[in-house]
Amino acid sequence: MRRLRTASERNKLTQNIGFTGLRLAALITVVPIVLVVVYIFWQGSPAISWEFISGFPREGMRAGGILPAIVGTFWLTLGTGIIAVPLGIGAAIYLAEYAPDTNWTRAIRIAIINLAGIPSVVYGLFGLGLFVLFLQFGTSIVAGSLTLAIMTLPVIISTTEEALRAVPNSFRVVSISLGGSKWQTIRRVVIPQALPGILTGVILGLERAAGETAPILFTVAAFFLPRLPTSIFDATMALPYHLFVISTQVPGMPVQIQYGTAVVLLTFVLSMNTVAAVIRSRARARRQW
Amino acid sequence: MVSSAEARQHSSLPQEIKNKIVIEELSVGYSDGTESLRDVSLAIPDHAITVLFGPAGGGKSTLLRTMNRLNDLADVISLSGHVWIDGVDILDPSVDVISLRRRVGIVFTQPVVLPMTIRQNLTYGLELAGERSRSRLEEAVEQSLRAAALWEEVSDRLDDPAIALSGGQQQRLCLARVLALEPEVILLDEPTSGLDPISTGKVEASLQELKEHYTFVLVPHSVQQAARTADYAAFILDGQLIEYAPGKQIFTNPQDQRTEDYVEGRFG
Repeated sequence: MRRLRTASERNKLTQNIGFTGLRLAALITVVPIVLVVVYIFWQGSPAISWEFISGFPREGMRAGGILPAIVGTFWLTLGTGIIAVPLGIGAAIYLAEYAPDTNWTRAIRIAIINLAGIPSVVYGLFGLGLFVLFLQFGTSIVAGSLTLAIMTLPVIISTTEEALRAVPNSFRVVSISLGGSKWQTIRRVVIPQALPGILTGVILGLERAAGETAPILFTVAAFFLPRLPTSIFDATMALPYHLFVISTQVPGMPVQIQYGTAVVLLTFVLSMNTVAAVIRSRARARRQW
Repeated sequence: MVSSAEARQHSSLPQEIKNKIVIEELSVGYSDGTESLRDVSLAIPDHAITVLFGPAGGGKSTLLRTMNRLNDLADVISLSGHVWIDGVDILDPSVDVISLRRRVGIVFTQPVVLPMTIRQNLTYGLELAGERSRSRLEEAVEQSLRAAALWEEVSDRLDDPAIALSGGQQQRLCLARVLALEPEVILLDEPTSGLDPISTGKVEASLQELKEHYTFVLVPHSVQQAARTADYAAFILDGQLIEYAPGKQIFTNPQDQRTEDYVEGRFG
């Protein structure tokens, strides 16, 4: 009896040590994100004013606002979405619902996984070669959006495919047994159920596109262009590249403006993240399986 | 039709009964070789409950799912023979499987309600078939729920999610969902295996009431249920049809030793 109690006490101690370790590991992952956000906002928020987000840069970007960069990032994100969302969702529906398991479709899947692993600067170089030079789109919103879209595709495809596969197969069988065609089944049962997962993937993909610097470096971003783009074949300033420029390329840049720009970019990206989180939690509450 | 007459000889059914489905020398094999059928011939009469019973893994579900080509979704590697419904071989590649499945409905072992409201579950099949008339959809909802003995319980909450229903109610909703399409044949694959005795009784009572309008093919979840419900009963063992006779006969005076052993609970 005495031995047994010490054994159980020892087990309890081991368990507590284990739990503490795991809890610590979880905590440590939270600390950096909190620090980054708090520090950036602390340093940057004094710079935030109406003039900063609605004005044009002055005095070699050392004063004034960052409106062209905000507008540029908005158009680039929108353009990326218009290209990558239908293409990515279409490809995912094909892969999850229609594609037979052959060497060919396996090769497609491997290609998608590898696409996700390519460094973003390589996408930039590829975009420069194909869209800017070969297709003669020039340094433009089209070229930048296409480049970002290719980079975003694997994220959208793989999250969408996963969301589609998570829909129980019994729903498909029932729908088909009730005289549904394959497409009717996908459109009326599978996609509505997978939609929250699809939207989450889309937002996460676009969010990454909004924050990337390397792919837009050679394809669209302007060092200094203090006006709004007038067509999709215009170059434009963009937030991530602007941040890079004012942090490294312009001497005598007030620190406040650097962190202020970071605050705007971070707010843009985090608010997209919040939308994704809200969609997901609402869907989880409504889910019926 | 020579072939369906041939098939009729395999069974001991009286000739004057109209056969809705005639299965002729049907063999089915799956790629993993698990469950399969060998040379099954069977004539299933109209307006009756025909029961397919036997030990698990014997091919009953395969036989059932071949009758509305739902087995097209499974990993079938070999398929031979014929399944005639009203004189048309539904295994013929030219058959329109979508309209076939509207004529031959199926209720599964697990009640799978679609993630929609009760009403939407019932109108789903009709809407897919192109029915747009509000009044006709409403009518189908009420009629099918009444036929499945569910109307009294859900008529005041048709727009609630179907998942909120109890297991027994869900299974009757699945039956109603099939009835709403006004099929000719209804296949039932152990429809009451997850239900309590009271719900089971309700489903069985519905079947008895409905059978004058439909052809039912039922895989029962027990020999007792087979004996209670069968107008005709086929004993299927290891992919083969062992004995096929009117229900009263097969459960009281089976001709084959294996049928007798199974009915009396000596194996299976």
